[in-house]
Amino acid sequence: MSAMILSSAILAAQILLVAAMGCAALRVLRGPRAQDRVLALDTLYVNGAMLLLVFGIRTGTTHYFEAALLISLLGFVATAALSKFLMRGEVIE
Amino acid sequence: MPDSLLLLALVCLPFLGALAAGLLPTRARDAASGIAGTVALACLGLVWAAYPTVSSGGVLRAEFAWMPTLGLNLTLRLDGFAWLFAGLISGIGALVVLYARYYMSSDDPVPRFFAFLLAFMGAMTGVVVSGNLVQLVFFWELTSLFSFLLIGYWHHTAAARDGARMALTVTGAGGLALFGGVLLIGHIVGSYDLDAVLSAGDRIREHPLYLPALILIVLGALTKSAQFPFHFWLPHAMAAPTPVSAYLHSATLVKAGVFLLARLWPVMAGTDAWAWTVGLAGLTTLLLGAYIAIFQNDLKGLLAYSTISHLGLITLLLGLKSELALVAAIFHIINHAAFKCSLFMAAGIIDHETGTRDIRRLSGLNQSMPFTARLAMVAAAAMAGVPLLNGFLSKEMFFAEALTAEAPLSPLLNILPLAAMLASAFSVAYSLRFIHGAFFGPVATDLPRTPHEPASWMRLPVEILVLTCIVVGLLPAATVGPYLAIAVHGVLGDDVPYYSLAVWHGFNLPLVMSLIALAGGVMLYALLQQRLRGDVEGPPLIRRLDAQRIFEQVMVFLSWRLARRLETLLGTRRLQPQLRLIVGIGLLAGAGAVWLRGFGPGNLPSTPVDPVLALVWMVGAAFALGTAWQAKFHRLAAVMLLGGVGLVVCITFVWFSAPDLALTQLTVEVVTTVLLVLGLRWLPKRFQVAGDRGPEVLTRTRRARDLAIAVGAGCGLAALSYAVMTRVPPELLASHFLERAYTEGGGTNVVNVILVDFRGFDTLGEIFVVAAVALTTYALLRRFRPAADSVEIPEQQRDQDGATQHDDAVRPTADWLLVPFTLTRLLFPVMLVVAVFLMLRGHDLPGGGFSAGMVVAIAILLQYIIGGAAWTEAHLRLRPQIWLGAGLLIASGTGIVAWFFGRPFLTTYFAYAELPLIGKVPTASALIFDIGVFALVVGATLLMLVALAHQSVRGHRAAPRRVGSRAGEA
Repeated sequence: MSAMILSSAILAAQILLVAAMGCAALRVLRGPRAQDRVLALDTLYVNGAMLLLVFGIRTGTTHYFEAALLISLLGFVATAALSKFLMRGEVIE
Repeated sequence: MPDSLLLLALVCLPFLGALAAGLLPTRARDAASGIAGTVALACLGLVWAAYPTVSSGGVLRAEFAWMPTLGLNLTLRLDGFAWLFAGLISGIGALVVLYARYYMSSDDPVPRFFAFLLAFMGAMTGVVVSGNLVQLVFFWELTSLFSFLLIGYWHHTAAARDGARMALTVTGAGGLALFGGVLLIGHIVGSYDLDAVLSAGDRIREHPLYLPALILIVLGALTKSAQFPFHFWLPHAMAAPTPVSAYLHSATLVKAGVFLLARLWPVMAGTDAWAWTVGLAGLTTLLLGAYIAIFQNDLKGLLAYSTISHLGLITLLLGLKSELALVAAIFHIINHAAFKCSLFMAAGIIDHETGTRDIRRLSGLNQSMPFTARLAMVAAAAMAGVPLLNGFLSKEMFFAEALTAEAPLSPLLNILPLAAMLASAFSVAYSLRFIHGAFFGPVATDLPRTPHEPASWMRLPVEILVLTCIVVGLLPAATVGPYLAIAVHGVLGDDVPYYSLAVWHGFNLPLVMSLIALAGGVMLYALLQQRLRGDVEGPPLIRRLDAQRIFEQVMVFLSWRLARRLETLLGTRRLQPQLRLIVGIGLLAGAGAVWLRGFGPGNLPSTPVDPVLALVWMVGAAFALGTAWQAKFHRLAAVMLLGGVGLVVCITFVWFSAPDLALTQLTVEVVTTVLLVLGLRWLPKRFQVAGDRGPEVLTRTRRARDLAIAVGAGCGLAALSYAVMTRVPPELLASHFLERAYTEGGGTNVVNVILVDFRGFDTLGEIFVVAAVALTTYALLRRFRPAADSVEIPEQQRDQDGATQHDDAVRPTADWLLVPFTLTRLLFPVMLVVAVFLMLRGHDLPGGGFSAGMVVAIAILLQYIIGGAAWTEAHLRLRPQIWLGAGLLIASGTGIVAWFFGRPFLTTYFAYAELPLIGKVPTASALIFDIGVFALVVGATLLMLVALAHQSVRGHRAAPRRVGSRAGEA
């Protein structure tokens, strides 16, 4: 019983996370402003990291956690670069 | 001394000397000439040491295994003929070195000169002692290369550069033809060994491929020996320093061609085809060269054309079907080397002491340099063929041969003696011009320098050579006789015909011809006085027929017009047509394969569709389509959408159990986004041509076609991936790796074990490629000039900097990014710890050097982005080049260490080590290899990105000046 609850909860979590990714994708695609797109990309990365964690719970292994770690640690670097570009016109000055 | 050592030393000493001389400081004139002289004399000594063997008819031979399985060995072989040439090369080389020591100005980088000269000497020796035809061609090409460097030694003058390039083009092309010919000979004989080839004469001459082989080899020889119609490069090579001319054009480079003809004479000659090609080229060159030489106003130009003419004489003799003609040819090779070298040196002395080589300006030098004048007169007399000098003897032999030789057509036989006499008269005329023009007449008053005798050491080589001319001319049989006999024996073996080397053969027809030629030459010179004093350049009648101009037109056509036309026809600078071509061809290739071999599902059972993954893929597909849609009109949006695609790909990797791949892909994804955004700033504005693309319909058609191609290629790739992923070959390599990863590689992460151990050699190659790419990017970006419309400072910065009204000093970015700046500084050590973590566990669990290196690179990159280049470089001492080099050294070093344990390259060793705090850590030697990969990745990534980043720093500094200059132009 508890296993079934867990598996359905995991499935629901995954689908909701993917739905969140879809919403983020919509924002990246439509904008309207560049700032919206950058924020949406960051959201996408965070959702992706969580999706990987849930996948780890589903399969019962920790092998995939490093990928989530890297996303959470480095995913924002792209966001930072894009923001800097929007703010100053170039990434490194 | 054993033969093999002697031969090896003979070839290697000059190259070693060249290396030593090349490493000397620029001004070390005495040391460099000392090395060169010692090497030349040592080589002469080695040649002399071979005399006992060679004089008794023996052959020195040495073989060094190089690629025995392919039948390619380094074979050195010194018979009588090669011995004579080796003696000429080293002996005259020594004299030229002595002369050059005094000729070269101390302002020139003299060690480089001697390094080239010695290397050339080595290459030339290599040509003559090669016992293998392929090896001979190799050294032959080396002589072309080093003569290029020598002729272009004064590369600051255009004449030297052009002359060097022309010589290289002509002789290099000839070398290529020769290589083709040698390959054909090797095919006919079945071996490239010279001995085998020399003993297969009949087989070669009767083979159907004889004619092509002959034509190719003769092409090589004629280009090298500056024979008509390839003679034009030699006069232009006179832009070289005079010692080079004296060496290359008397005894060595141009003699290589006739050396080859004589070397292959026993196997190739004796047919009508040989007589026609070689003989006719020689005859034409003999007459044409002598004729043009009379009308040259430059001393060295005159000598150049006379060299062409004398080489023509030698070639003609080799073309005749007679052993005696071969003897005469070899004899003339020696004589010509002696008198032409001394004449070049005399011309160099005149140039050196007066500052000009123009015969019309020079006059009466007999007054100021009487001794040099005497020497030059004797040498010129030898060139003209005056009796009692060496030139006379070989000329008489030539006349005798011209009278008796068996020619392929009888009319040719009849004109041969006449042509010989005519050419001889010409040579008397130009020799007279050389002497009379330079040394006699009134003393010239308008010379650039006041002439006087040169340093006595500079004259010594000329004295030695002129003495040789006289002694050989007086006592031929006693002096040069034995050496000539050795050389002839080397070519012909035991059937040497009878010949007599006497000065007086009685009053016979050749003597009469000589006397007529002498008288005719004097008369010709007297008659031509009027014209020679005039200002008309070039010889009469054929002045318009300029081989050099034809050559240049051909070169311009080939390298400019044809290239341009092909480029406009086949190439484009616009990306769209290029991509269309590439993708279109790829599509056709894939479709062709499907059409030929069919397409179907694989042998794996299909798995149920995971709804979550399907949804993730839908998101990914939306991103991918969005990228394609935005790529042209909204670059920044396209970059962001691409980031989304990358994330979905990473998730897919995780889903299909490839965590290593996911880690690597994630880091690469981040770096790629940063790289693209860095590059965005420098992209030019969109290329727009309004209206010239024709009506709107065409544009629409083009877009529809591009869409079709894109959809087709995308679907094709998807189908291909599907086909590959749904089938498993019966013998899967992966199972082999899976079995052995732990037992033989000591790691449980199979991917990593494959990368650093099983396929370590591939990885090593790959990281070298990465290093090369990084360095190339760095080198290219150092000279990068951005497009004109992206030079200006971005408008955001102008607005902000203008609004805040700070002083001129560059404000640290930290001012307005204080919170992110503090956070990134705090995060920096955390990222490094993650990198160490990935690095250490890589051998057993997901991770490894590559992803760890990327993490470190991203950590530093983040400091650059938020903190700014100036702050980061003030606080972090980054040396990407050192990281790069250290990585390569560590990785290769790990491989080499295996050798010390008697194992093959890159064999790994593994064990577990207890580290305090961290615990049990696998310490395979592959880990050290992985550390090398790590260092390389850090270095390469940083080098490329920082080089791009520095564009902004430099661009700003240069921007005001550039904007100003452009305004000035407008």
